[in-house]
Amino acid sequence: MSTSTLKSELLSDQDRELIMATQAGLPLVSDPWTELGSQLGMPASEVLERFQKMQASGVIRRVAAVPNHYKLGYRFNGMTVWDVADDAIAELGERVGELPFVSHCYRRPRHLPYWSYNLFAMVHGTSGDEVEDKAGRIADVLGDACSGHTILYSSAILKKTGLRLRKQKDNG
Amino acid sequence: MQLDAADRQLIDSYQRGLPVCERPYQAMAQTLGLTEDEVIERLSALKAQQVLSRIGPVFEHSQAGASLLAAVAAPPEKMDRVATQINLAPGVNHNYAREHTYNLWFVMTAPDEHTLDERLDELERKLRLPMLRLPMIKGYHIDLGFPIDWEALP
Repeated sequence: MSTSTLKSELLSDQDRELIMATQAGLPLVSDPWTELGSQLGMPASEVLERFQKMQASGVIRRVAAVPNHYKLGYRFNGMTVWDVADDAIAELGERVGELPFVSHCYRRPRHLPYWSYNLFAMVHGTSGDEVEDKAGRIADVLGDACSGHTILYSSAILKKTGLRLRKQKDNG
Repeated sequence: MQLDAADRQLIDSYQRGLPVCERPYQAMAQTLGLTEDEVIERLSALKAQQVLSRIGPVFEHSQAGASLLAAVAAPPEKMDRVATQINLAPGVNHNYAREHTYNLWFVMTAPDEHTLDERLDELERKLRLPMLRLPMIKGYHIDLGFPIDWEALP
């Protein structure tokens, strides 16, 4: 985890300003870089170059038109969690992550005896049945290596904001 | 949500790989067989309708600072108050209520690991609830979007 700290320190103040100026989205105008440049006091070419560098270094994970799944009709957001044998999780995690309907898939630590699940896969559906069908397909992939699972449905989004990067006064 | 074929194609084509070049919307227009103005108008309308939550970069928190998924089991009668305390804590950028004993799930962020631990410790003291800390050990599929099954939508 120390490497991520290092990377964050490698971001210049200008990069941080560019992140803050674009985290809600790019300007929807023909030449967004000139528009950003006038906000940030930089030439458009520098804005584009910094943006491309952050893409290349992985600070920008993707550039996208990000759909609001809830608004589209995916009303059910199920965080499926699985107790997978430690010696099998590396291979099986990859296979679960490849299922087309899984939007995020992570390995996380167990906290026994309170929490025994070490594989998390996020699934969206238009109904609870659809989420359960998809969870069934994950169960098929995991087979005997899985000794328990549950689905945590989201009942309310209480807060959802973009990345905040304010070093001095981070008010989240 | 009724969207025409061009809107659907726009969403299907650009859940990742939106062009980063001098005139991104013109480049998209060429791919989609639309004009640049049409692309900008459609994106603006989809954003105004909240069908698109964002058009632009998705940042990798682990590369731009530190972050961690955490959960607490709030007693049902205190859930609102606990949720508010979590939302107000510096660095919290997601907070979801979920149907489980661990009923509040949130992402804490900070500029670095040390600050992250401090923020989590402070919030845990304030809440007086044990906190499940679930750092990512390995990502097998990190939020890159997923294909929309348009026919299945209501």
